[in-house]
Order: sequence, then C-alpha cells, then structure tokens
Amino acid sequence: MLNKLRDPELGKRILAKLVPLAQEVAGHLGRPAIFMEVCGTHTMAIARSGLRSLLAGSLELRSGPGCPVCVTSQGDIDRVIALAAARHDLVIGTFGDMMRVPGTNSSLEQERARGARVEIFYSPAEAVTFAAGHPQDEVVFLGVGFETTAPAVALSVAAASSRGLENYAVLSFHKTVPLVLENLLSDPELKIDGLLLPGHVCTVTGRRAFDFVATKYNVPAVVAGFEPVDLMKAVYLLLKQVAGGRAETVNGYPRLVREEGNNKAKEIMREYFEPVNVQWRGFGEVPQSGLALRDSFSFYDAAVRFPVDVAESPPPRGCACGDVLKGKIVSSDCPLFARKCTPLQPVGPCMVSTEGACAAYYQYEWPKAEV
Amino acid sequence: MCLGIPGKVVEVNRSESWAVVESFGVRKKVDIALIDEDLVPGDYLMVHAGYAIGKINLEDAQISLELWEEILHAE
Repeated sequence: MLNKLRDPELGKRILAKLVPLAQEVAGHLGRPAIFMEVCGTHTMAIARSGLRSLLAGSLELRSGPGCPVCVTSQGDIDRVIALAAARHDLVIGTFGDMMRVPGTNSSLEQERARGARVEIFYSPAEAVTFAAGHPQDEVVFLGVGFETTAPAVALSVAAASSRGLENYAVLSFHKTVPLVLENLLSDPELKIDGLLLPGHVCTVTGRRAFDFVATKYNVPAVVAGFEPVDLMKAVYLLLKQVAGGRAETVNGYPRLVREEGNNKAKEIMREYFEPVNVQWRGFGEVPQSGLALRDSFSFYDAAVRFPVDVAESPPPRGCACGDVLKGKIVSSDCPLFARKCTPLQPVGPCMVSTEGACAAYYQYEWPKAEV
Repeated sequence: MCLGIPGKVVEVNRSESWAVVESFGVRKKVDIALIDEDLVPGDYLMVHAGYAIGKINLEDAQISLELWEEILHAE
C-alpha cells in the first residue's frame, strides 16, 4: 500500500486538482503563496518529485532551517575539525554528510588526509560497536541532528554505559526544531503563508508540540510525510487553509504522527540531554534550542573530556547559506551558486549535505543547459 | 541524517531489543528500544539512523488514499 503513495498516475490526478487551487489562492493574494518546508528530507523529496517546477507561477516552495548539517554554526564545524586536527589519537565518528563541510580553514576530510582518524557511521549504534571492538582507541561520535537523531544518540550512550565501555564519548551539536521555528516566525521580514512541518521530527515530538505555529503566529501548518502523495496532500491542506482564511496545525501524516508523539523517545531524550543555548547558522544564538549531555553523563561528554577552544567565526565569505536557511532567498539567488560554489567545490554546508537546499536545487532543479 | 526509511518487520527479538526489517529488498537489523507498541512480523516501522522511531499505521495510510479518491471524484 505504501507503494501507492508513489504512484505517478495518482500523483498526476492530484496535481490536476492542486494547480487550480494554487492559482485561485494566488489570485486572492495577488501573488503566489509561499510555503516553507523545514526538513532536509522534504527538501530532497520536493526537488526529486519536481513539485516546485510543476507548481511554479502559482505557488512557491522554499526551504527553511531543516538540514541539521547546514544549520550547524561555523564555530561548531571549526570545533570538531580542530579536535580532529589536534588529537590524532582519537577516532572521530560521524555521519557521512559532515565530512566535506568546509570549516574556516579545513574540513574533516582534509584533516583525515593529514592523518586524523575519522570514521563514517550510519548509526551511533555502529560507533558503539566500533568502540567495543577497538578498546585501545577513544571514539568521539559527532551528534548532529534534531529530535529524530537525538534519542538514538542518547541510546548509544546508554549502550556504552551498560557495556562498561570507557572509550566512547559524544560531541553533541543536537538541536530542537520548535524553538528555531519560533525564532523564524518572529522575524518581521519573513513572508510565508504556510509551513510544511517535518514528519519524522513530529513522530517524536507529536503534532501538539507545533500548535503554536497556528495559535501564536497565525500561520497555517501541516505535518507532512515524504512520499510524493504525502507532500501533495500537505500542500493541498495548506492551500485549503489559506483559501479559507484559517490557521491550524493539521496532522497530514497520521500513519506515523500522534498527538503526543513517541513518549519513550521523548523520555530518553530528557533523561540524557538538557536544553542549552546554541548557535544556528543564519539565526545566531537561539536560547534553549540545543541539547547537551546532562552532568550525570559528563563521562560520555566529549565537550567535557576533550575540550577545544575555538571562537565563533563568520560564515565563508559570500556564502548566503544563512539567508537560504531563513527562507529569505532561494539558492539560485546566491551569487556564488553554481559559479564558485558547486557540489564538487562547496563553499557552504547547504551545497554539501545531500539534504541541503543548494545541493538539492543544483542536482534536481537548476536548468544547467541555460548557463 | 533526517533520512527515514520505512521497513517491513520480518523478525522481532524484544529481549535483545532488535527487529529485522526489510526495505526495498534489503534486510537490516534495527534497534526497537524506542517502540512501545506490540510488534509482529508484517508490521511496518520508520527507521532513522539504525533506530525505529515509530510504527506505521497502515489503516491510516489506507484512509488517506481513500480520502484522495473522494476528493478526486468530487465535483
């Protein structure tokens, strides 16, 4: 049945309904409605489905702060690179996306070429298994991600603890989504007509955690899934709200998302992590939106065990990743896009991560033939 | 990182907190510590970075498709 959600025939029939509705709404507003997604997987799914170009002229789809690698601040990127460079006795474990993200002077990939030990893991559980199999090595796992990844990293600490491993630690750059959306929606310059909420973050947090989008900011919101039919459904439900002059936080992904979310995952996150102030690329410091390991787990906290002193740096010169993440511009508006900044020679993280808006735009939507 | 992959459960081991799921023809062992609901082979899970984060309710998927059929047949 899940295959039906990717059925191109059904997609075409839905699109035939969607386009006139989008045109009607654009007619009311006097311009195309602007909807923002805040999830790296939505960025990719929208680009891959071609939905943006199919709706061009009647609806605009923008990316927001949804790619965890992209929103990591320059200072945090520099911090982990400095750790890898200074401590060749450590093994830095990371998700693959992080390898090529340019720091101010280097990247994890470049440091690996210079002798740093960097291992790519698909799951934090693999990093724990690696630590168990290499007792002579100290493994530092780089925790990057939102509410979807933080519980998994918390469980990796639990596993290391129950297995009595003393050579596993986590460098947490984890962040939570609701508070950065508050920051985004409070920006008077922001002009969006609706939000597509991240389906898998909401699987953990629950739909209710995002009620504030509609109740406090009066912006229509729909929790969206990731198959083409899910995305079109979410866009349809947003358009209906805009057309009807309503603002609600609607669950468009009920096969996974519950009102309360995944209580077990929320409990585990609370047990291991505490909210802290954290820097976001494009946003600056967003109070209480970061997750640091609690003091009782400081033995597994790489920030405590292997501190590195790195000041916050400005983003790479000319890089507009921050404005892309705030939905102020689309990737192709950046003067570096596809000129100085390409997936092969990325200047900023939005062009590196497969979930980054610029990388997705470059790969799927940029009319390369015209340039 | 935020990439979720749906998988069909083929084997469950509660005491060791894992299940084997099949996605797009590939079988993989995933951690099910975050799943409170009962799990039996044939269920579907959403998997993130090696951990199941939610059980997929197929009835809701069916209802969603039926709603589309209604919308598409209206007017």
